[in-house]
Amino acid sequence: MSSTRTTPPSRAGTGRSVRRPGDRVFAGTAKGAGILILVILAGVAAFLVVEAVPALTAPAEEIPGDGGLASYVAPLVFGTLLAAVIALLVATPLAVAIALFIGYYAPRRLAQGLGYLVDLLAAIPSIVYGFWGIFWLAPKLVPLFEWLERTLGFIPLFAGPASTTGRTMLTTGLVLAVMILPIVSAISREVFLQVPSLHREAALALGATRWEMIRMAVLPYGRSGVIGGSMLGLGRALGETMAVAIVLSVSGGITFNLISSGNPSTIAANIALEFPESSGIDINTLIASGLALFVITLAVNVLARAIVNRRAEFSGAN
Amino acid sequence: MAKRIDVSDLNIYYGNFLAVENVNVSIEPRSITALIGPSGCGKSTFLRSINRMHEVVPGGRVEGKIVMDGQDLYGADVDPVDVRRQIGMVFQRPNPFPTMSIYENVAAGIRLNNKKMRKSDLDDLVERSLRGANLWNEVKDRLNRPGAGLSGGQQQRLCIARAIAVEPDVLLMDEPASALDPISTLAIEDLMADLKERFTIVIVTHNMQQAARVSEQTGFFNLSGVGQPGRLIEFNPTEKIFSNPDQKATEDYISGRFG
Repeated sequence: MSSTRTTPPSRAGTGRSVRRPGDRVFAGTAKGAGILILVILAGVAAFLVVEAVPALTAPAEEIPGDGGLASYVAPLVFGTLLAAVIALLVATPLAVAIALFIGYYAPRRLAQGLGYLVDLLAAIPSIVYGFWGIFWLAPKLVPLFEWLERTLGFIPLFAGPASTTGRTMLTTGLVLAVMILPIVSAISREVFLQVPSLHREAALALGATRWEMIRMAVLPYGRSGVIGGSMLGLGRALGETMAVAIVLSVSGGITFNLISSGNPSTIAANIALEFPESSGIDINTLIASGLALFVITLAVNVLARAIVNRRAEFSGAN
Repeated sequence: MAKRIDVSDLNIYYGNFLAVENVNVSIEPRSITALIGPSGCGKSTFLRSINRMHEVVPGGRVEGKIVMDGQDLYGADVDPVDVRRQIGMVFQRPNPFPTMSIYENVAAGIRLNNKKMRKSDLDDLVERSLRGANLWNEVKDRLNRPGAGLSGGQQQRLCIARAIAVEPDVLLMDEPASALDPISTLAIEDLMADLKERFTIVIVTHNMQQAARVSEQTGFFNLSGVGQPGRLIEFNPTEKIFSNPDQKATEDYISGRFG
């Protein structure tokens, strides 16, 4: 406590060290920003809950579909999760591969250009992805769906009948995968580049090939970052509205059949499509489905945090 | 099994920059060879060229020959990965894999060599390696804890255990004790005295007392100016280097007149 000798005691008896104005301003701003996030989050949650209450308490026959709130929301929740999971399963390995290629395999000049191009994918508006999905990707996928039905039709996922327009759950998942690819790969790339060269050299000096070095030092070190990036991507996939609303052909309820034209909608797309023609209790129902999405997103993030923390002491952060 | 290393006419480059010039030296098996010299003189670069780690740096390349018991390490058909499996390395800063437990760190090299090993054999080998690195008694109760949780000196001995677990022919140590306190340093030096019975050891050090204490042979690297390549000025038995060196520059350096 050498500073206390040169400065007069701040307040009698408190024994606290001097607070400088700059420190105080910075601490205040940081604290304010942190509180603001909580306030906004609480505000959104409160709005959702308050507006959802009429739908939650309404008798079943007033809810659209006449089956009550649960049977209205359930297919939407299912569709949302299914589309997002497909997107994540496709995008994460691809994003990790892109990040590894950019970080460890591509020549430096190519790597920069490639990284820039992948980042550019994030700047394309989602409605453009929607048009790309419905006009370009969907027709191209029809032959694939027919082939899947013929050869793998015994698997419920590909039971068919194959959609003739290609506007299926699988197409939607693939469009979403392309949309979240830049987020996941940009974050993966950053964490892979942060792997200390000490650890990479440790692996190489043991006689690791480049791939073995990546498996030993790079992937485990970047694991939590990749999970974090995937969760950001998943958040976008869960909440994506326009692209899904355009691409997905909706009719029917819960089904694991990925290649037929009868699909459950997703929460966000359903709200976007139904809202203009809704009034009264219908709007409350839509907001209640929004509340469900809010809860899902929160749960997913908590889960991801738990996964990352489970091996925190092996994370390399210490 | 310890092996002998013969270096002839070795030039080491970073891109077009000649970093180390014309090294000729023979390193004896079952002994400790120390490399000393001022910062930037190329001793670490030379050390890293022995196990072909130098070429990991972009632009890093060498000319000349390094022969280990008759095998040309830079021969056209030699895979650097194989060279590194025969020549272990310990780095200046302890670098256990942070994502692995103590046990996994030691077993990492064996897993790489794709040897299918029974669990009990692997357990034995991990224990033997940790005993060899004088670490067993300190970690035997927490083999599944992260290696990064150990103290700096323990981490460095863990890295030594990891390096010797694959039974290399040669062990390279790049200032292995420079980040450690005196007690940990002593532990590493004692360990080196044990290890030289089984391995050829080459150590780079900034600590001249350490070179004098542990090594049989000492090489003095120096450079004549900034931007000039480093050279091996003198290579002699350690006793001679520290009492009656052949070169004036060596005497100036070890007596503290420069560097």
